[in-house]
Amino acid sequence: MKRANKPDKRMRKVAEFYQLYLMIFPALAFIVIFHYVPMYGLQIAFKDFRNTLGFMNSPWVGLKHFERFFELPSFWNLISNTVFLNLYELAVGFPIPIILALLINEAKNKMFRKSVQMITYAPHFISVVVMSGMIILFLNEERGMINHLIEMISGFKISFMSDPGWFKTVYVFSGVWQNAGWGTIIYLAALAGIDPQLIEASKIDGANRLQKIWHIDLPGIAPTILILLILVMGNMFSSGFEKILLLQNQLNIRASDVISTYVYRLGVLDGQFSYTTAIGLFNAVLNFLLLVLVNAYAKKRTETSLW
Amino acid sequence: MRETQFDRIFYIVNYAVLSIVMLAILYPLYFIVIASISDPQLVSTGNVWIVPKGLTVEGYQNVFKNDVIWTGYANTIFYTIVGTAVNLVVTVLCAYALSRKHLPGKGILMGIFVLTMFFGGGLVPSYILIKSLGLIDTRAVLIIPAAMSVFNMIITRTFFQSAIPDELHEAAKMDGSSEWHTFIRIGLPLSAPIIAVMALFYGVGHWNQYFSALLFIYDQKLYPLQLVLRNILILNQQLNMDFSSVRSTDEINVLVRQANMAESMKYALVFIASFPVLAAYPFVQKHFVKGALIGSLKG
Repeated sequence: MKRANKPDKRMRKVAEFYQLYLMIFPALAFIVIFHYVPMYGLQIAFKDFRNTLGFMNSPWVGLKHFERFFELPSFWNLISNTVFLNLYELAVGFPIPIILALLINEAKNKMFRKSVQMITYAPHFISVVVMSGMIILFLNEERGMINHLIEMISGFKISFMSDPGWFKTVYVFSGVWQNAGWGTIIYLAALAGIDPQLIEASKIDGANRLQKIWHIDLPGIAPTILILLILVMGNMFSSGFEKILLLQNQLNIRASDVISTYVYRLGVLDGQFSYTTAIGLFNAVLNFLLLVLVNAYAKKRTETSLW
Repeated sequence: MRETQFDRIFYIVNYAVLSIVMLAILYPLYFIVIASISDPQLVSTGNVWIVPKGLTVEGYQNVFKNDVIWTGYANTIFYTIVGTAVNLVVTVLCAYALSRKHLPGKGILMGIFVLTMFFGGGLVPSYILIKSLGLIDTRAVLIIPAAMSVFNMIITRTFFQSAIPDELHEAAKMDGSSEWHTFIRIGLPLSAPIIAVMALFYGVGHWNQYFSALLFIYDQKLYPLQLVLRNILILNQQLNMDFSSVRSTDEINVLVRQANMAESMKYALVFIASFPVLAAYPFVQKHFVKGALIGSLKG
């Protein structure tokens, strides 16, 4: 067989695979239109967008929109709400699935174990609208089940939904109820992968169950914990938007207004497209930088990283 | 090896803690059910705890008298079935092709897809795009802009990579089978498990979706169930209700009863909206777990 020269060979290869390219085409067209065109549209953060002129032809205005955002009186309130809500969720919502997985791993009765998993995973599938509806129903000051319970114990009621001080707690703990079980799946798989000989050896050395958890289970799943932590950190400034929006009301808005709900209100409802695109871009860049930073740090310290 | 005293106590405490966790998760769900079939007055005053009291299905009857609920339900079924079908076609085709080891340009194509997982145009540019495409108030807006999740595509691709060894492709090629034929005769038959997992992931996603509808659907006739629910559960929009059973002439009493009935209808609604997903859940749970695990291997 004669050896074809290189570009020719490549062309033949592409022709050979054209059916595969056709199979990729719908997905590629979708991703280009609905993901890359909006990315291209980010330029309006530096322009004054007008419907008639489109992304391309609207006039440039420099950093005007960013300046307006940084000078906004509620700027720091938005930032601190966004950061604290996410930090609160990280502090509570991240460790609980790990603890739960360690406990489930110690339940040796198969039936019991299966039931725990089946039941704790279930709330994950409740929609965010129904979840928020349940929260509002249960926490209702006059008629809510939880307030009836609190009144029986303490004699007074709590205005969970109208008191800004309660918003973040309600948000975080309802999230724990809904997602802690589902969050154990990956850890349980990692725990199942720990070498049984290690566990045998620890028994022979006379370690009790708590010592075994501390010295074998936890180090065993540490890489998994770290990877998930990096992923959560990279999502720090954008998570939970749909639920926050649903639970937000006029009375708790001081504590519940985060960057993304502000963008929704002024952008979609109020039509200030360029201004809110600038805020969205600021937010996305912050997120991305955080992800890269945390990943680099993890890589340096522990040799575990996303890429 | 004998269990020590400490370990025995540990096991007992562990079982107790996990039992409490189960109870804490089950009880709110159980409460929704008993509250929805109890006398609204007794629920509102905090008298229903363990078993339903003053058994009634009035809440459900009132909910079902509202056409918005039926329309929403029908719309959601449509969006879920059509949307999931589109998702599966786009995802499986793309994932299969990208799972082929020797495909030229594979790295670049993967890069194009993966980048969108970490960076995007954000809410407002996407909103402007959809608006200028004229998709507002069409059924397509809940289907086409959600045609594929890159994350799910990568899970599916991982599956294909491990399920079909490269030698099989080579052998098929030697036999003169075209790429498309190989996909139909080998790829598809082997992909049943991943298609099941993906159908579930996408299906639940469509069933629970509300935000796209909030952004792009203004015509009530096109509302999915979740948007109807949002208006009632969150914004407190009143549904029609029948008060033939209330005979009081006392004005205030009627208002209180009306408020309580509205509350009771909300419990009924929560049950109606979540029932299909939660009823199917025990039977398909292991597929979900499998999907979540394939995903984590890649992540």
